[in-house]
Parts: sequence; C-alpha cells; structure tokens
Amino acid sequence: MIRIENIGKRYRLGGGVRHDTLRDLISHRAGRLLGRGRESAEDTPSGEFWALKDVTFDVEEGEVVGIIGRNGAGKSTLLKILSRITPPTEGRIRLKGRIASLLEVGTGFHPELTGRENIFMNGSILGMRRAEIRAKLDEIIAFSEVEKFIDMPVKHYSSGMYVRLAFAVAAHLEPEILVVDEVLAVGDIAFQRKCMGKMNDVARGGRTVLFVSHNMPAVSSLTSKAVLLDGGRLVKQDHTDEVIRWYLREMRDKSPSTRVIDRTDRDGDGRARIVDIFVDDQEGNVNILPLSKSPKRINIEIDAEDCVAEINIAISIFNSDRRRIVWTESSLSTDLFTFEKGRHKLRIDLARGFSPTPGEYFVNAALISSGGMVDYVADALKFSIETGDFFGRGRLPNTTSEVLVDHTWNIA
Amino acid sequence: MTPQQTARSGTEIVIEPPRQLGAINWRELWEFRELLQQMVWRDVTVRYKQTALGIAWAVLSPLIMVAIFALIFGLWGRLPTNGVPAPAFFLAGLIAYNFFASALAGSANSMLSQRGLLTKIYFPRLIAPLSATVAQLVDLLIALAVVQALALYYGFVPGWRLLWVVPLCVLWAWAAALGLGLWLAALNVHYRDVGQLVPFLTRVWLFASPVIYPVSMIPAKWHWLYGLNPMVGVIEWLRWGLFHTAPPPSPVLWLSMLVSVVLLVTGLWYFRRTEHAFADLV
Repeated sequence: MIRIENIGKRYRLGGGVRHDTLRDLISHRAGRLLGRGRESAEDTPSGEFWALKDVTFDVEEGEVVGIIGRNGAGKSTLLKILSRITPPTEGRIRLKGRIASLLEVGTGFHPELTGRENIFMNGSILGMRRAEIRAKLDEIIAFSEVEKFIDMPVKHYSSGMYVRLAFAVAAHLEPEILVVDEVLAVGDIAFQRKCMGKMNDVARGGRTVLFVSHNMPAVSSLTSKAVLLDGGRLVKQDHTDEVIRWYLREMRDKSPSTRVIDRTDRDGDGRARIVDIFVDDQEGNVNILPLSKSPKRINIEIDAEDCVAEINIAISIFNSDRRRIVWTESSLSTDLFTFEKGRHKLRIDLARGFSPTPGEYFVNAALISSGGMVDYVADALKFSIETGDFFGRGRLPNTTSEVLVDHTWNIA
Repeated sequence: MTPQQTARSGTEIVIEPPRQLGAINWRELWEFRELLQQMVWRDVTVRYKQTALGIAWAVLSPLIMVAIFALIFGLWGRLPTNGVPAPAFFLAGLIAYNFFASALAGSANSMLSQRGLLTKIYFPRLIAPLSATVAQLVDLLIALAVVQALALYYGFVPGWRLLWVVPLCVLWAWAAALGLGLWLAALNVHYRDVGQLVPFLTRVWLFASPVIYPVSMIPAKWHWLYGLNPMVGVIEWLRWGLFHTAPPPSPVLWLSMLVSVVLLVTGLWYFRRTEHAFADLV
C-alpha cells in the first residue's frame, strides 16, 4: 500500500534574472536538470518552480495504477521521488513492502563486462541478492534469447541484444511494489509483446505496480486505475479508461482555438474546406504520440462544396518556437488532387524513422488551386510528441535536436 | 518470496523532505553490502580487462615508478634513505601514497562517474565513494606483497610487528582518502572545478609526503605542520614495520592520525548533509 500525501517538489534555478527571459531560463535550466523540457506548475520570479505540488493519492495493495500526463506534467519527478532518487520538498509518502523501480533497463551495465557478469551487476543494482540471481540465472539467460553470446562483453552486442538482456534481468525482479517508467516499451515488436506479457503477469500476480507511459493502449491494457498529472498537479484519478478519455478530450480542448471545422478565421474562397485534421501513428496514438519510429501520418478530411480541380495541398509543421520543421506540398511529392462534391479523406504518410522531438507542434494547412487560395487555416492542429525509446536501446534520447531520424553507425 | 535489498518485507518506508542532521543509516548500508561488493568487483575487473598482462600491472606499475626514481636519484644525487636501500625505501612510500592518491581521486569523482546509477536508482549514496576506495585495496595488497618480497631480498626479516602495523597503516590511509574524498565528491557535484583540481592536488601532495625522502630531512620545528599530512604517519609507520627504521617523533604521528579521523568524520557528515540533492545536480 502506498499513501502519497501532499507531495511537492520545488526546483531552485537561481534568481536575479530579467523577467522576460525567465521562462527561457527556467525551461533551459530545468531541461538540463531533468533531462528534458518541461513546464512548471508555478514559476516564481525568484527562479523557483514546482515540478509537483499537492499531489495526494493512495494505491492499494495489488493495484496496478497508470500515471499519465503530458511532457513536464511531473510524472518523472513523481517516479523519482517514489524511487527515493530525489527527496520531496514537502509532503510525505508511506509505503509498505519491498519496492523496486525501473526507470530504465540496463542501469549499471558496463560495456567491458560479459552478459553474464552484467546480469549480476544489474541484478544487484536493482536490489536482487546474489543467491537469488544465481537461482534465476538460467531463466534470465533463456528469456533474453542471447544464450550464445552470454560470455561475450556486452560492448559487442547489438542494441537489440543489449535491451533483451537488460529487460530479462528486470523481468525477473520480484518486488511487492514495482515502479516502472515508460522506457520498458523497448526493443522490437515481438520482444515488446513478450515484455508486455511479462508485465501483465506481474500485474496479475497481485503485485502493486505504478506504471508511467505515453502509450495509451499499454496503459489501458495493463492498468485498472490511473491518475492524470498536469503542470505538476493531480487533475484526475479514476478508472483508467475514464481518465484516458478525459485526457484525450482535454488535450483536444486545449488545441489553439476550436476544432478546425468550426474555425472561422480562415482564408480562401471556400470552395472546399478542411473539416478535420489530426496526426496519428501506426500504433494507434492520436495527436499525443510517443517518440518512436512508427510512421506518423497527417490525416485530413476535406469537404468540397462543388467539384474542385487541381488542388495542391500544403502542410507545415511548426515547433513551439514557431520554427517550421516540416513542409510538404502534394504537387511536389505526389500530385495535384481533384475532389468531387462531398467529403474526402487524405493521409500524408511521413517516412518511417522520422520524428520531431518531444514538444508541442502546430500545423498549418492550405488548399491551393491555380486560381488562388481555396482554404487556409493557421494552427489548424496542435499535437504533441512525448518522450520515448526512439532507438529501441532502452534509453530516452537527449532531445536537443529538432528531429530524430532513424539511423545506424557503421564502420566504412 | 525472495529477499530484496531495498527493504525487508513489512518494513514501512517513509519518504519525506530531507532532515538536515540525519544520522547515517548503518543498517541500510549493511543491507546493501552485496551491491558494494559487486561495484568493487566491477571496478577491479574492468581495470584489468583487455590488458595483456592483467592484474600483473598491479605489481608492474609501482616497480616501474621505483625504477624511474632510482634512475633519477642515481644520476642526480642521493637523498638519505635512513639506511634502507633506495628501491625498497621508495617502493614502500610509493605504494602507500599511490593507494591514497587513487582512492582519493576515485572517491572524489565517484558521484560523477556513477551519474547513471545516481539518477536512475536508489542506493545509499555512500556506497559509490566507498566502493571507489575499496577497489584500490586489491592493488595495494598485491603491492604490499611485492614490497615485502623486496624487503626480504635486502635481508629485512619480517617481524610480528607487521601484523598490526600494516593493517593500521592501510586503515589510516583509507580513512584519510575516503574522508577527503567524501568532501571532494560532495563539492564536485556543485563545482566541477574540483574534478579539475584533484590531479594537481595528488601531485603536489606526493612531494609533501615522505615518499622520496625521509621525515628526518624536515626540521623538527616544522614537524607540527608537516604532521597535518596524514600520509606522513602512514608512510613512516609502514617503513618502520617493514625495515625497522626509527618511527618519526610521536607528536607528528598522533597529529597525523588525528587528521585522518577528523577528515573521515567531517567527510561523512558533509556528504550525509548534501547527498539528497546529488541526483538533481549531477
């Protein structure tokens, strides 16, 4: 049982800064502190901000609880406090039972050590006794599917093998309370499924689990209860499906003004109009996408009042600094479109292995004919990319670049 | 149910804002002893992995240093060595000093080198600097065997005295290295400058210690100042144990030992006081 009472965490970021640049400074410094960009619950002129404030909830024994929220909502801070990596500034958490936390897989792996040696190293770090590791060694090695290379230094492993081995150790932990961060969704799809299966066993085995993820299907299949954090505060706790529904709705409500179909601040002659636009990926995430190689798609629905011919569709994606990171025009990459009267659905498939880095993005959309603008909506859509294990190596990439591109390094 | 290190079943854990003057949780430290062993084992293993000579380097590196010293002083002129053949004299001082310097550097850097662990998992933070110092003990013990062999070669028969002098010296140097290392490790988290300064510190300290010269070269009126260096006592006692040279004047010894104890106690106190913020700062 876990009782979380009025937990607050304040980060001090140094004072004496001009007010207009404070926000920049805070996001910059906080990004450095926390390894990712984040928004604050309360910015104060003295350079403090509350990453968490007044968070109170209970987790009963055997309950599996999901923690969801946008980037910077305070999820990671809460996990770090629960894992005793960083102390709270105020409040108190009481918990009973052995607790193990997995904020990443493969913590403490050393490239020079062999797979077998790293099992012992990593197991000890995760809180297993040596005797326990020895007893489970064969099982761990079998689960990892890297038996043949187990006595080879892990620096020679491929990233997939590395992640398998790391997860195999983590999967054999037997704590009473398990705190898991999203990075567990690592490796290839088949292995991910195996991990999810193992997580399901853990969840059903009467253990208390706290699970943070951006992967809504995973949260909804693994957990029965969820809490939603936003800006460092707990905004909702309920049955998982209810919380997810609420979260997705709220995200949509927070989009620039209103749904695109209701927007009146648009340009063009209106012969055809964009009535719906959203971004999704092949995993079924909509408008809140985890960082992954899964191809991202921009979906557009167009309503033509009459037949419109030779329409060029243009799309721009801007980041929160209002810098254009993607621009596409159908005439350039594909063709012009002709729409009969009625509704038409289109999809722009962006390349596999391309992703903007975590943050919020805005999409401008335009329908252009040779005679001029047919329809144009600025900020037609706001979507967000949440952090995730892009390279499938059990680590969250440091996201100082604007886009991530799938790639490998090879000796030429 | 299998045992876990993090907490015994049924134990209630309370997570609260840090108190300024929390005592060190010795019981928890004991619970994490296997992690300490594992980290020491990793440090030692990794140091000699993929080296052709492996652990033989623990013997070779002090011998090479001694050869260099012997060469320099052979060409350049001799310093008194209190009747002990120069190589044995240098080697005894050097291995004690090398242990101190590498344990100090290792522990001072431990919070940064273990950053990955620090920000991802809970363990008593003290384990990291502790393992960095203990990992140096392996090299020291091997080097001690070498210096004893050299002493035998020169005809110094080991006495019973060695049985308590050696452990005392090891403990003493370890306390000084860990104590100062804890201070530097904690400061290093806030000010990375510390990491830059440590190499200079250990080099200068070498010449402030009686490694290549005996304490008798220092005028008696400065002994009170000289004795502030814990390595003065360590090295002189070790030589006294190995070669039956006269121990240095006792006030220096006691001062030197007191400094070690003070460093360790204050180091533990300061580390304990600041450790809760480490994960947010590294």
